Amino acid sequence: MSMVDLLFWIFAALSVGGGLCMVFSRHPVSAAMFMIVSLVGVAALFVLLESFFLAVLQVLVYAGAVMVLFLFIIMLLDVGPDAAKQKITNWKTGVFGFVTVILLVSLLVMLGNSSDYMGEGTTTWPSLNQDAASADQTLPFSTKVSSFGYGLMTKYMLPVQISGFMLLAAMIGVIILSKKTVQQKDEGL
Amino acid sequence: MLTVTPQHFLILSFLLVGIGFFGLLIRRNVLLMLMSLELMLNGINVALLTFARVGNNLDGGIFVFFIMTVAAAEVAVGLALLVALYKKRQSVLSDDMALLKN
Repeated sequence: MSMVDLLFWIFAALSVGGGLCMVFSRHPVSAAMFMIVSLVGVAALFVLLESFFLAVLQVLVYAGAVMVLFLFIIMLLDVGPDAAKQKITNWKTGVFGFVTVILLVSLLVMLGNSSDYMGEGTTTWPSLNQDAASADQTLPFSTKVSSFGYGLMTKYMLPVQISGFMLLAAMIGVIILSKKTVQQKDEGL
Repeated sequence: MLTVTPQHFLILSFLLVGIGFFGLLIRRNVLLMLMSLELMLNGINVALLTFARVGNNLDGGIFVFFIMTVAAAEVAVGLALLVALYKKRQSVLSDDMALLKN
């Protein structure tokens, strides 16, 4: 077992274990902490997949900004731990959870047993061509940030602008939602 | 260099999405439900990046970028809605937000 494989297993265990601990932890603050562990594990997996820029982004945006926002709201609302024994709301939720687990297991078995190239697990990782900004329309996978930016600014120009507009809309919506409602008093003009 | 196969990464992404969905179903705290949503999005990101790497195509990576953007906006709006609800109901449990049920 090579070093990279060992790293994969470590970080896979970190992300899955962190997720499981997040789901089953009683206190919201500890759940947020386990979520950070899981997100950092996923960022390390991004590094193993040679997407270094996205790994940095994952740590900055998810483990940094989003989880700090979560912790901030937990502190603001002063949420205590859930009462034990009341996690599963009713039998219907339990049944759907059970069906979910069955579907997941069947997917895993299907993925493991199918005889196509996915099932045997012999897909090789293609070697990378690092020359960014090739002339053809398909963007080749590259570890460079510059090829990432090239893709964003050429092929995905419209989605970039739309997502910017969406962020603006979300910002205005959040400001309006969290604004203190002022009682309109008709005191005459 | 990497002898773990893409299958390993795909199974991991299935596991992350499954754990997130399970958490979304069994938790009553809306904060935890939002965190489970984030976990599901992370699993999808892992799958997208795996296929991008195997297919030698950067489109998957760029899509992960957009998913991160949407997830950040979603969390901001969701938490603002939660705070607004908390002001009305003094609770973050989904059972207490069942006004339209029945």
